[in-house]
Amino acid sequence: MTDTTLTDTGRTPDVVDYPTPRDPRCPFAQPANVLATTEADQMARARIWDGSTPWLVTKYADQHALLTDPRLSIDERREGYPHMTRGRSVSAQHTPRLITNTDAPEHTQLRRVVNLPFTVKRVEAMRPRLQELVDGLLDEMLAGPRPVDLVQAFALPVPTIVITEMLGMDYGNREDFQHASHVLVSHDATPEESAAAGAVLGGHVAAAMEAKMAEPADDVMSELAARVKAGEMTMRGALSMSTAILIAGHETSASMISLGTLALLQNPDQLEYFRSIVDDPKAVAAAVEELLRYLSIVHTGVRRIANEDIQVGADVIRKDEGLVLDVAAANWDPAQFPEPDRLDLTRSARSHHAFGYGAHQCLGQTLARVELQVAFRALVSRVPDLRLAIPAEDVDFAYEGVAYGLHSLPVTW
Amino acid sequence: MSDETVTGTHRIELDEPKCVAAGQCVMVAPEVFDQRDEDGVAVVLDETPAAELLDDVREAVAVCPAAALRLVAL
Ligand code: HEM
Ligand code: HEM
Ligand code: SF4
Repeated sequence: MTDTTLTDTGRTPDVVDYPTPRDPRCPFAQPANVLATTEADQMARARIWDGSTPWLVTKYADQHALLTDPRLSIDERREGYPHMTRGRSVSAQHTPRLITNTDAPEHTQLRRVVNLPFTVKRVEAMRPRLQELVDGLLDEMLAGPRPVDLVQAFALPVPTIVITEMLGMDYGNREDFQHASHVLVSHDATPEESAAAGAVLGGHVAAAMEAKMAEPADDVMSELAARVKAGEMTMRGALSMSTAILIAGHETSASMISLGTLALLQNPDQLEYFRSIVDDPKAVAAAVEELLRYLSIVHTGVRRIANEDIQVGADVIRKDEGLVLDVAAANWDPAQFPEPDRLDLTRSARSHHAFGYGAHQCLGQTLARVELQVAFRALVSRVPDLRLAIPAEDVDFAYEGVAYGLHSLPVTW
Repeated sequence: MSDETVTGTHRIELDEPKCVAAGQCVMVAPEVFDQRDEDGVAVVLDETPAAELLDDVREAVAVCPAAALRLVAL
């Protein structure tokens, strides 16, 4: 590039407290002040937990360009990296090199070592097992008492069973997994709480890895163990990767299942439409994309730091400045998705940023998609009379995590 | 559109080192893309896809998170 002239208007950007609490009157709508920045002329800044003010990128087009820009880095050890939480800022300094904190070409190499179990072919091959699992949970739920908490009966067990089976871990330890994961992704957790939760998870993962080293089975941890034996991965890296998959693999999908169910119940016309398309896999897949866009559960942005000065519209991001890229806001950018606050299961939503964008786009996205397709399809067709067992305004939302969700969802039928 | 019956008006280019094996292309256009068994990296099954597949291919190019795909008019 020969043109290195950057134009900085020198204006003072708006600063938005981040994350912003949602409107207490409607826990579902995205915070109005963050959304407003998608339509502003220039970027705002986010004031985060430590008082620093990284750039806040909310326009879909800006995110699309920046998340594939090699001048941005995800190296969270760097001074000025806008950490999600205090706990993460502490643990970042001694986290081994993983796909979640490296840039290309190191990232590409590491990711190719772990992504085999998540390819389309491998995940599609799991569909029959997923169907069996979902049907079993629904059989049990339908035979049991009413009302029932859909989070505990369905939304959480589906992804937790799937991810523990995939990894080759013992589902019997699920309460430890679920509790520790919740603490680790929570904004309120102290570094001490995070460390304790990490130790519990780490213990289970290390025990399982030891078993796989001795006696490999047909699962992801055995595959990682083989990579360690072949010298392609360090033991620490394999353990951290397993832990990351375990954490990322259940809370997110569980949130999508419970919130998605609530969104369908609150939009009866869309629920009716979903029922009418359950035998059309393409339409079901499209409906799931729209739920991912509309709900955009990762509501605290993905984070990066600039390696060089970068011009974005009339703004200049300076070298070593942090960025918060709010994927939820981009998914509600009217320039990309007209009438973004309307749930429209027939719209073409696949270009959403709910799984992020760029090289770090979600490793588990195919798995999450198939889980959601199977889960919603079964739920709407097998429980035709599903309804909330409490008033909508009493639903207990969970905002403390990197992804938002529901603490519980009492339903009946 | 005038090219509706012609096969191979466009060629797909895959920048392999960039591919992060997210598999979005395989989900959108399974007739045209696959993933390698050893590392999940994309494989183009049909470099000059028929016209009726081009919409899916354009979508695959658009959603590829690594910007590793290009569709070039011949
Ligand atoms: C995601 C799309 C949604 C948007 C953009 C949205 C937006 C809004 C807005 C602007 C209000 C009016 C607040 C006011 O000024 O009084 C409101 C009220 C409300 N919303 Fe939503 N909403 C959405 C989805 C939902 C869902 C799925 C629920 C179900 C849990 C919900 C529950 C409520 C309730 C109970 C109120 C009434 C609160 C009150 O008036 O006291 N909303 N919503
Ligand atoms: C609906 C459910 C899910 C959502 C909305 C979601 C969302 C995301 C997002 C937004 C990112 C990008 C982070 C960034 O750019 O910094 C990401 C990355 C990631 N996700 Fe997911 N995810 C989901 C399910 C899963 C599942 C089921 C797994 C595990 C099997 C998983 C594993 C990962 C991993 C390992 C990464 C890091 C990838 C990298 O940095 O290269 N996720 N996810
Ligand atoms: S969508 Fe892009 S990154 Fe993903 S497998 Fe296809 S070419 Fe590779």
